[in-house]
Formats: sequence, C-alpha cells, structure tokens
Amino acid sequence: MDRRLPPRNGEWIDRSRPVEFRFEGATYRGFAGDVLSSALWASDVRLLGRSFKYHRPRGIYSLAGHDANVMVEDGQRTNLRGDLLRIAAGLDVRSVNTIGGLERDRLSITEKFARFLPVGFYYKAFHTPRRLFPFYENQMRKVAGLGKINPTNEPPCSPKNYAFFDLLVVGSGPAGLAAAIAAAEQGLQVLMVDEQPRPGGSLGWQWARDAVAGQHLEGLLEQVAAMDNIQLRCGTQAAGWYGDHWIALVDDKRLTKLRAKSMLVAAGCFEQPAVFQNNDLPGVMLGSAAQRLIHLYAVKPFDRAVVLAANCDGYRVALDLHDAGVEVAAIVDLRHDGEPTKLGRDVEDAGIAVHRGYCVYEAVPAAGKKRIRAATICPLDRDGTPRTGSLTRIDCDGIAMSVGWSPNGGLIYQGGGRFRHDERVEQLVPQSLPAGLFAAGRANGVFDLEQQIDDGYRAGLAAASHLGRFNGEVPDQLIHQAEPPSHSYPIIPHRGKKNFVDLDEDLHLVDFSNSHQEGYDNIELMKRFSTVGMGPSQGKLSNINAVRILAKLNGASINETGTTTSRPFHQPVSIGHLAGRRFHPQRRTPIDDWHRKASAEMMHAGDWSRPEYYRIEGRSREECIFEEAKNVRENIGLIDVSTLGKLWINGPDAVRFLERIYTGRFAKQQVGRVRYGLACDETGVIIEDGVVARVAENRFYVTATSSGAGAFYREMQRWAMIWSMNVTLVNATGHLAAINIAGPNCREVLRVLTDVDLSADAFPYLGLRQGTVAGAPATLMRVGFVGELGYEIHVPASFTHHLWTSLMQAGSQFGIRAFGVEAQRLLRLEKGHLIIGQDTDALTTPFEADVAWAIGKNKSFFVGSRSLDIMCRKPLTRRLVGLVFRAGQINSLPEECHLIIANGEIAGRITSIAPRSTLGHAIAMALVRPDLADVGTIVKIRIDNGTLIEATVTSMPFYDPENTRQ
Amino acid sequence: MKIINCPINGPRPLQEFHFGGEVRTMPDPAELTDQQWADYVFNRDGEPGVKREWWYHVPSGTWFIAERDNRTDEFLRTYLYNAERTDG
Repeated sequence: MDRRLPPRNGEWIDRSRPVEFRFEGATYRGFAGDVLSSALWASDVRLLGRSFKYHRPRGIYSLAGHDANVMVEDGQRTNLRGDLLRIAAGLDVRSVNTIGGLERDRLSITEKFARFLPVGFYYKAFHTPRRLFPFYENQMRKVAGLGKINPTNEPPCSPKNYAFFDLLVVGSGPAGLAAAIAAAEQGLQVLMVDEQPRPGGSLGWQWARDAVAGQHLEGLLEQVAAMDNIQLRCGTQAAGWYGDHWIALVDDKRLTKLRAKSMLVAAGCFEQPAVFQNNDLPGVMLGSAAQRLIHLYAVKPFDRAVVLAANCDGYRVALDLHDAGVEVAAIVDLRHDGEPTKLGRDVEDAGIAVHRGYCVYEAVPAAGKKRIRAATICPLDRDGTPRTGSLTRIDCDGIAMSVGWSPNGGLIYQGGGRFRHDERVEQLVPQSLPAGLFAAGRANGVFDLEQQIDDGYRAGLAAASHLGRFNGEVPDQLIHQAEPPSHSYPIIPHRGKKNFVDLDEDLHLVDFSNSHQEGYDNIELMKRFSTVGMGPSQGKLSNINAVRILAKLNGASINETGTTTSRPFHQPVSIGHLAGRRFHPQRRTPIDDWHRKASAEMMHAGDWSRPEYYRIEGRSREECIFEEAKNVRENIGLIDVSTLGKLWINGPDAVRFLERIYTGRFAKQQVGRVRYGLACDETGVIIEDGVVARVAENRFYVTATSSGAGAFYREMQRWAMIWSMNVTLVNATGHLAAINIAGPNCREVLRVLTDVDLSADAFPYLGLRQGTVAGAPATLMRVGFVGELGYEIHVPASFTHHLWTSLMQAGSQFGIRAFGVEAQRLLRLEKGHLIIGQDTDALTTPFEADVAWAIGKNKSFFVGSRSLDIMCRKPLTRRLVGLVFRAGQINSLPEECHLIIANGEIAGRITSIAPRSTLGHAIAMALVRPDLADVGTIVKIRIDNGTLIEATVTSMPFYDPENTRQ
Repeated sequence: MKIINCPINGPRPLQEFHFGGEVRTMPDPAELTDQQWADYVFNRDGEPGVKREWWYHVPSGTWFIAERDNRTDEFLRTYLYNAERTDG
C-alpha cells in the first residue's frame, strides 16, 4: 500500500526522481529527498528496527534522529540512522542488532526473560563463579551492542576544513533566521548551520498549516540570500563546542574546524514522549514526527489516529492529520481544561472528539506487536493517577504524542551556559550564558511564532553588541505568555512494565523506582546505575522525564534534582571524520632521501624520522643490525646524527650560565676541548646529557639528545631570563647537520678529505677542531659514544648530502657502511653509555645512574644541586647496573621493562637489552635494588611466559673497559 | 580550543603553546631546611583562583607570564617576564 500523499507545497521529496533501494533484502521505492524511514513508512513498512535490550519492534518515533529506533548497516558503514539517511540508488541496508532478520529476530526471546533482567543486572550478575566469566563474556558479546564493524572496510580519507566567522548561528528556524539577519545587518560575518538538509526548521512542519509561516519562511530566506555576509550551510551539525568558540561542524563529507567570535544557539527543542504502556511500538510516535511525515515527505502517518496532547501543538497535529486524510478518532488531552485557544474550537469544528483530563493508559498491540490496533484511555486524576476503573478502548493504528519539549541545549551546556527549570514553560531554559554565547527561540523558552522571530532578532543584536558592532539598545528577553507548552509529569504508571522512559536502553518506569530504592537517589548516580540517557541518542528523549521521575521520588523540585552533563558530540560523528589526516610535525634530516634509497627501515624518534637499520635482501632485521655494529667495531661505519640538539651558548656569562645549567664545571675548560654535560631538574632528576665544547672564550657549542633538545633549550631560555644572564642562546638544531664516522679505520678515510690534522697528538680524544671536510666548513669533535675512534662532523645542513656521499666514497675501499639507530644503541650499550629516558626515568638521579662523577666538586649552585645534596645523604633505593647472560642463551631472553624478581617481589627492571652483542653473549642494563647491585650477584628476570631467567651483575662498560679504542 | 594572547605574536591557538607551570620564585637554597626545600620543589598551590603561569609560544620561542583564572579557564592578562603588566 502506498501511503504517499498528493504533492504539497514545501515537500522535500523530488517526485521526478524515483529511487529504488533495498532494506532487509527486499526492494522498495521512494523519491530523492526521502530518508530511509520516510520511504519505508510510505511503503507501509512499520517495523523498522529492534530495541537494544528486549528486541522489541520499533518504528518511526521522532523522524529527526533524536531517537535510535532505526539503525541500519550497509556492510561498510554501521549504525546509520534511518531518520537521517538519505536514500540513493543502490542503497542496500539491514537492521542492526538482530539474529535472523528484523521480522523474525530470534533475540526477541529476551523480552520473555525481562523479569530476570532488572535494572542494574549488569552490575550484579556474572560475577560468580568467577571461572565462568569468559563464558558469560562471550555470550554477552554476542547479544550486546548494536551494529557490527566491518574490519576490512577502509573508509575514504575524510578532508578537514577550517572556517572563521564573527558569529555562528545554530539552527535555521524562525529564531535562527531572524538572528542571522539582525547580526548581519550590523556587519557581522555570520555562518548559519542546520542539521537538516533544508533551512526553515519548525516553519516547515510545525507551523506549516499557517499561511503566515510560509510567508515568514519565504521572506526570511530571501533576506538571508540577499546578504553577502551570511553563509548558510544545511546538512551540517554543530557537533561540539570547545574553548573560545572553537566549534566542530560535521557534514556528510568532512569535519570543519570553526573558530567563531561568538555563538548563538537557536536549535529549537526535542519533542518529548509521554510514558504509557507500549509507548514504544510502531505506530506510536511524536506529534512532530507525524508532522514531518506529512509536510516534509508527504506521507500519511496513519489511517486512524489518537492524538495524546498536553499543549496547543497537539491540536495542530490533529488538524494536520485530519487535513492529510487521517481519521482522527480522538484528542486525549492530559489537561483538565483543554485547549483555550482558537485551535480548541477548530478541532471541534473538524468533528474531532476531545477527551479532557484523560490519558492514554496503554497502546494495544496487534498480533506480533508490529503494529498497534487500539488505544486504551482513561480519566486522569489531577494528582496524575490514572482511573483504571473506567477504561475506554479506541481503535486506531497510530498514536501521536504532543505533551512537551526539551531544549536542544547541548551546545549551550558545553559553552558554559547553565539551565534552570521555568514553570511558565515547564521546561529548562538558559539561566546564565557566558560572554559571547546567546540563545534564542524555543531553546530559550520562547514558543509563540512571532515571539520566536523577535527573540531571534534580539539575540542577533545582542551578539553584535557583544562584538562592539551595535551601540543601540538591545531589547529585553521575551517571556512566554501562554499556557506551558510542556506537561509537568506526562508519565502514566502501569503494572505491565512496558511503559518506556528510555527507548535506547529499554528502561521502564519501575526501573527508576527500583534504582531509587537501591539508593541511587542522585541524578548522576541514577544515570550510571540505570544507564538512562547513556544510549545512542544520549537522553535526548529520556533525560527530562528521568529527572521528573527522580524529582517525584525524592519529593524535590526539578531545580533541586538537577540534570546531567552534556558533552560533545551532540550527535554521533563518524570516526573517519575525526581520524582523517594527522598533522603531527615530523622532522627529517637533510639526507633523509639517501637513507630511504639505501633501503633504510625508518623509525620515529621524537619528532624525527631516523634509519633504524638498512635492509639487506635475505637477511633478518637482527642480522642487519648486528652486521652494521660489527662493521663499526672492526672496520668503519657512518651514522647520520643530525637529529642531535645543537645549541650555541655565547656571551660574557656563558660559563656562569653553563655551570648553573649543568652539574659539571666549565670555567677551566680549555678552548678546543669537549666535556660531558649532565643536567638535572630542580628535584635532582637527570633530564639531559650531551657534550659541551668550548669554541672560544665566551662561545660554547653543546649537543643535546634528539628527543629532549627542544625541551632543554626551552628551559635554558627560561633560566637565562630568570637569572638575568648576559648570554645568547641559538638553537642550531635545524640548520646544522652532524655525521658520526666511527671505527678503527675512520682516521684513514677522513684524512683524505680534511685539512684538519687528525693525528692523535694534534687532535686528542675529547678535542674540537674547525676546518673543512670535503670542502664543507666543519666543526669536528672527537667523541666516543659507540666506543671506537670516531669523529662527529658538524656542517651547515646544505652540505650534508655532499659530505655524506664524499665520506661513503672515500671509505668504499675500506668497506665503509652506514649504520642505523639500532646498531648505535647496541654499540653504546656495550660501552655502558646510558640513554636518558631509556636507562633513566622520571625519578632517576645521577647517583642511581652511576654518573655522580659528572657532578662538579664544591659547586655553590646548579639546577638540582640542593636536592642532590639531600639525596646524597640518604641511602640509594636503586642502581643502574650491567647484566650478562649465560653464553649461548639466545632464546627466552627478557625484553626491555621486564621485571627483576627477588623473593617474589619486584626488585628492578631491564632498561636496555642486546640479545646479541659483538661480545658473544647477551647483555643488558637494569635498574635494581642496591642489595642486588654488587658485581657477581645473580638476579632473576621474569619474562613474558612467566619463567625466571638468570643473569649476572657485572661492571660496566662491557666493552673496552680500559678505553683504549676511542 | 583556547586562544592565548602571546605578548609578541598576538592571539594564537593553544596548540602553539607549551605550559610552563606556576610562576614561583626560587628561594635561596642555602637558607632553607631540607623540609622547606622539599616543600618548594614538590608542592604547588592548588587553591582555585587567579594564577600566574609560565607559557611558552613554541614557534617563536617566547616565554611569557599569563594571569589565568582557573575557575573559569579565562586568560586575564599576558605579559613578558619582568615587563610592565599590560592588558592582553
């Protein structure tokens, strides 16, 4: 049966473009502009989804995405909202959360066990016996949750966009349109967004029967279109508010990061359901949903309807239904006085029976519960008790509910606004708004159409005034004059326990009194225990009723009861939109290309991308690394160390400054000499190390660790300022590059390329020389991080490629090879050199790391000195030691961070390990308890499979302890 | 995302800044007992209110002081260290 109405003005469907689509394996037709829910309802399909817990049949409820009844998946995407999903040719979707299809969902058996699944049962069941938990978990995972993720689906990369406006107006209904115009008239650059595909908001459906609404819509849209400084984006939701009006705008293609100077929320209200028995079945829907069906999609909602009303909106719904050819069997008005306005007379003129002071006690399901066939009504006492002694049954296939509204105020909450309950409207209204945040229209508690427009205009002027663009008088806030648009307690008890408060989570009225009885008498506690408002629609249709119920149970007011917090996102946002591209800074050295061409496996080291090792066809990673290291020990290797922090510290106070920054002394350091520098923070914890070279009397060149240099430089800047030092700090990390050439043959290779005298006497260990290498102006430092004869050559970045290839060429006859970070880590471990941040942690002191020798004697002050004074008087709690493993032990070795166990207690951890070293056995560094730190102690390390592996504490360095090779 | 007014570069997004902790003057270490020094090193004033904080504009390497009300997360003023307080 086709439920499509004749063409009407303002409809969103394009009848010239029929669309064929598939739902649950069957083919249906709709029109371009239809959403899935409207197209199916037009085809007389009423069972559109199943509920989360009891798998109850569900149909259209809000038709605005405010509920989560209709959720489908297409094999690629899941949890798509049927109310918002535009149909298109080729669309092929199935309902989520069913077994065996929507019609015969086998999980609907769950409802039979409802009495064994009381509120909070998740927290109470499945604890014992403990050994059965994996079984419970497995079963629960099968039935819990909604759509299934397709792990093989690779969503297209979603672009990001940025926007900057003076004012964001959220919502393009009467208030939003007027606000945008008012602000734009004062010269503001205005962006207006609406989550629906067309502008107009409630003008398009709620007010559609009034001719004046159509004129307003046309007039306002014409004005908006005529203004260059208003941009209107439909199909775009303002998904979240962040500090200083940074707002996430989401459309179907992208995330737009909007920076606005102010925000005006005119997003209207969510219509709220009444609570009565079977208020969730297909055919029971919000009055606004029926109006949307009629006016936006030209679909006849029912054949015979009962309208449950508690405001004038319900009367409008009844008249809309009547005009659409629906037989309106009755208006059931919760109010004893009925509707005092002209609408009340209009419905009587239309011949619609009105039952004042009545409620719908229950919806009567047809067989299979996939439709309803009647409404049972009864008188309602003024205290809210249904008089069930006199039930009347009215045959109908639909119940439209118009009993109240709740502001769409998520963005206002997020922006720092606070709400209070206002009895003049029986809803929450903004009580206080921070600077730059404005509300207008129904979200602001203003319901009359003309008043909404005035309120929008007022708020638009207020925004312009806030930004200093309007100097006139901003009109006063408008106050709702008529009857409250919301009923204070549209909740009807029923012993059948199918009167749902939260449709997402299948929570019925008694669940609330039960949680209250268990002591959850605070809204935040009750929310978490009962899970009300925690489903996919985030309480849009349940929070306010939950607050009302709790207020009644506590005998408190709505304001005393409070409400829950609203957090981004306002509506679900596809993770692909959020993931998209990443904008993490990544640094590459000047010869990054060379490394990649040489088959380097690149790794991240802080912001840097560095060669981990160079791949060789047919060799494993471990073999490649080991051979690179071996070539350094026996021959010659080359490594790109451009990632080192490279800082110049110049000026008359340079020595004084360095002696305060580092633990060591530099006053007597000779020009042309290099010293080890160790730096601590105020607590005495090691934060940096590197070398400090004196280039001239008042010029020092220092290096810092690749990942710590940025922070170290930052701290140096701050201290120089605080101490009022006459020093100039230059961070040359980016514009200088560095190459370390190391190995017994490196002098032979370098000699060919440089004018610097490399002889051991002329250029001793820890010396610095300046000259040229391969024609490049270079600073050379003879250092031994890897434990062999080696030179660090620092050159301007533009010379790096030339220098590197020249060294490679000159060394080719010796078998020079590039080595990567892993080989360097192995070599330095053999030499016992620690890496800050790997072999030390956020609490490691120089005493623990055995580098106290780097602390200058009798220094009056350096950063951390006072703390170290205290600590050196106290016993150590751990020490960094070397460990050797049994020769031949290759498998079952620990990894970094594996724990050392002594008498069943944690007694330390591995900080670095080399399963294969050039020494022939595995070695490691570890932080251990001092009583285990003596050379020769055997410690036990627990590895992944739980077994304990033995290792022997040894002195460091492991390699070349007499320092004959560097 | 917050906007911070760098005294040198003007209003810039929070991403460009690094937080440097509360502004505290280091007492003379020689004058303090161990206990007093530990108190300076490890304890911070957690009372809500207007705080003077170090902030660092990373791209330009600028340290400055911000007065921020941590009850409202509002930056009241920013100025360079040792500079006259200017409205910012």
